[in-house]
Amino acid sequence: MVVEAAAPAERAGALETLREQLREVGIPRLVIGVFLLALFGIAVATHMDLRGLITDSLLRVARNGLLVLALLPAIQGGLGLNFGLPIGIVCGLVACVITLNAGMAGWPALGLTALIGAALAVPAGIGYGWLLNRTRGQEMMVGTYLGFAVVSGMSIFWTMAPFHNSLLVWAIGGRGLRTTLTLAGFYDRLLDKLWSFPIAGVSIPTGTLLVFAAACALVGLFFRTRAGLTIAAARSNPRFARAAGISDERTRVQATVFSTVLAAVGIVVFCQSYGFVQLYTAPLLMAFPAVACLLIGGATVSRASLTHVVVGTLLFQSILTVALPVTSQVIQGDITETARLIIQNGMILYALTRRGER
Amino acid sequence: MTQPILELHDVTKQYDSNRVLKGVSLAVRPGTIHAIVGENGAGKSTLMNVLFGMPVIHETGGYGGRIVLEGREVRFGSPSEAMAAGLGMVHQEFMLIPGFSVAENIKLNREPTRPNPLSRIAGRKLESLDRQRIGADARAALDTVGLGVDEWLPMAGLPVGHMQFVEIAREVDKKNARLLIFDEPTAVLAESEATELLRVMKALAAKGLGILFITHRLDEVLAVADEITVLRDGEVVARLAPEGATVGRIAELMVGRAAIVAPDRAARALPGGPPALEVRDLHVEMPGEEVHGLSFTLQKGEVLGLGGLAGHGKIGAANGLMGLFPARGAVLKDGRPLRLNDPRAAIDAGLAFVSEDRRGVGILPDESVELNIALTAIEARNRFLLPGPIAALRLLDSGGIRRHAREMIQRLDIRCTGPRQHVRRLSGGNQQKVCLARAMTLDPDTLLVSEPTRGIDVGAKERVLDLLRALNREKGMTLLVTSSELAELRAICDRIAIVYHGRLQAVLAPEASDREFGLAMAGELERSAAHGG
Repeated sequence: MVVEAAAPAERAGALETLREQLREVGIPRLVIGVFLLALFGIAVATHMDLRGLITDSLLRVARNGLLVLALLPAIQGGLGLNFGLPIGIVCGLVACVITLNAGMAGWPALGLTALIGAALAVPAGIGYGWLLNRTRGQEMMVGTYLGFAVVSGMSIFWTMAPFHNSLLVWAIGGRGLRTTLTLAGFYDRLLDKLWSFPIAGVSIPTGTLLVFAAACALVGLFFRTRAGLTIAAARSNPRFARAAGISDERTRVQATVFSTVLAAVGIVVFCQSYGFVQLYTAPLLMAFPAVACLLIGGATVSRASLTHVVVGTLLFQSILTVALPVTSQVIQGDITETARLIIQNGMILYALTRRGER
Repeated sequence: MTQPILELHDVTKQYDSNRVLKGVSLAVRPGTIHAIVGENGAGKSTLMNVLFGMPVIHETGGYGGRIVLEGREVRFGSPSEAMAAGLGMVHQEFMLIPGFSVAENIKLNREPTRPNPLSRIAGRKLESLDRQRIGADARAALDTVGLGVDEWLPMAGLPVGHMQFVEIAREVDKKNARLLIFDEPTAVLAESEATELLRVMKALAAKGLGILFITHRLDEVLAVADEITVLRDGEVVARLAPEGATVGRIAELMVGRAAIVAPDRAARALPGGPPALEVRDLHVEMPGEEVHGLSFTLQKGEVLGLGGLAGHGKIGAANGLMGLFPARGAVLKDGRPLRLNDPRAAIDAGLAFVSEDRRGVGILPDESVELNIALTAIEARNRFLLPGPIAALRLLDSGGIRRHAREMIQRLDIRCTGPRQHVRRLSGGNQQKVCLARAMTLDPDTLLVSEPTRGIDVGAKERVLDLLRALNREKGMTLLVTSSELAELRAICDRIAIVYHGRLQAVLAPEASDREFGLAMAGELERSAAHGG
């Protein structure tokens, strides 16, 4: 009797835990995860090159990871989603062009490019943070527009900049940088190939993945230091922070600088893996996929973690990789771009409706 | 005697287990001004929320007792029902649209309209506005309140005082208005405007309206009220006629309580040396609690109380000293000048603060108990950090933070599931203990505590006061305790300074009579040499 009586209660308890776990995972992530599995299922069923798909997915995760990670300090600092990512990206691009123009190649070139990018991103981040402090409460909108403005302004810079290396400037006229610069022979795929090894036919871009992992670890550690705690405390309750002698204007600038620097280094790693440096309007919309990654990972406008970064990047980038070949296989046409835009912007909208939740 | 417009019979209300109204009864007769006075937390705003059927009341289980409006029992489900029944409210914060003209603001959503061809087809919503009648009605209402401005001027740009009168004009214009409620209407007005407002209130009452006047400015009450009800801790403690009542008597009723005299306040030897704090001519711009030239001395090792009625600046003093609101003046800490307007400088000088605004300033609600306790010490003292070359980049010592939190939880008896529980989930009293634990973690020599027991239940109150006493007696900590509750100041303080209009009015011994405290709070007791120190 006792056992029978206990059974329904136990079942209810199990149901409750299941519901709790579901809530933990989140409906959007569940739907996207199932969708991704279905895509892989179709890929297997139609005898596609599964190994190639996984290789590509991993590559894209490693390539984009840093740009997604760059959003984290901004959210920790209470600035919401950093749609101003292109500001940092442009700093990284300037660094790329500087070392290319000097004709540098190999590891020193890659290292120096990342350093210059980070150095440029510091004053840029300070200026951006200053502006955000003056437009409190509208950080995301201001970031979006400032990003657009900076990218457009830089388009003029690219045409006028005093770079003369014939590999970089237009062949006719000899002035103005080309829209796409190849890194072949400079530091093309240097990190991707570092310690790269095949496993079951899938090749692992070890170096780039390690850089992503190291950056994640650094960000995680930073938020366990006093400086990181200061930033998080000022986000959590600015008046409390002021009473503890913290200026939340300063912590907001620090968070912006951190985010901008990560974006600058992130784009250098991205170019290295992609093999090309894209100038002019290419960075214009780069914040949006990064933001979508983070949100799919389960972050909200006010709360994000390293898990969100990693899970989100995995899910979103894998879908992009797998969806193209699979859909063209199934419906004789390309809807990848459409699907990408729907998922990407849908996620951003969804997150904005949940603003204020924790 | 005429039938009252409004009668309250034994109105009760409780939030969770906290009884904020314990059977309030009163009656407002037409043509009279009925004043309700009481300290912050006495239940005035809850009473108004009940009267207006505010959602917050229904969401927390409704209220008990009866409300009778013109002989008919009513139970308003929403503010709009209350307004339809003839209740008008003049708000503390203005509900006006800056871009609209004065007349449009007065008649908003009640505009006189004329039918036009379109409205005959599509309904009344599309009738044209009758601008002439809008203007005329607004003019009449403005004349009633004695405001001479052009009714077509835009609202934006009018002085604050005028806005208050427009707000009143709008209530007056409502044709069914029976009872007007003025909630602290003079809080934002200058002296002359306040006088004018009181004149308008009398004029409105003379027209047969009933007026409920909520304030803590007692001189105004005596000037206009026909009846006075004093609330304290959710109870009516007195009904007075203005004849024979004095400011001192009312103040005494508002704060007075059977004197609790602490047993151990025998003459104690203080350590001597320069005073812990020497405050000269302190001015603090804290809205609603401004300080205008406050001077006092806090001796090392003593417990000094800061009392006074709400709005007179007792709360502003500690906030100004800690750099949370703009302040100027000369402050010496242990004989050395203290830099004002810089919270870090105050903390570095050995001060710590437990704010009266617990939820706003005191806690990080969505962080753990342990982090809340350790955070200020981490920031200001570099405590709980692992060794490292750069102070800002030293890692947190989570083990140390945990150990310290456990110790504090045990010492202060903080009821929580553990050091990792979020502070939001704790009760008010336990949140207050977390605030105290944080201040103690800073190891201050001087602790400023504001409203230590506000919003916490009786048992927890006693424990918090015991803790403060222990900090002073056993650790030798100097305390400046700011409180609206005279009883608790009397229980733990060596001396009590009464602040009136932002200045020191008197320094009294805790044994001084209720009458003396009442007079001091009303600004009618000169600095008493007999009890001063």
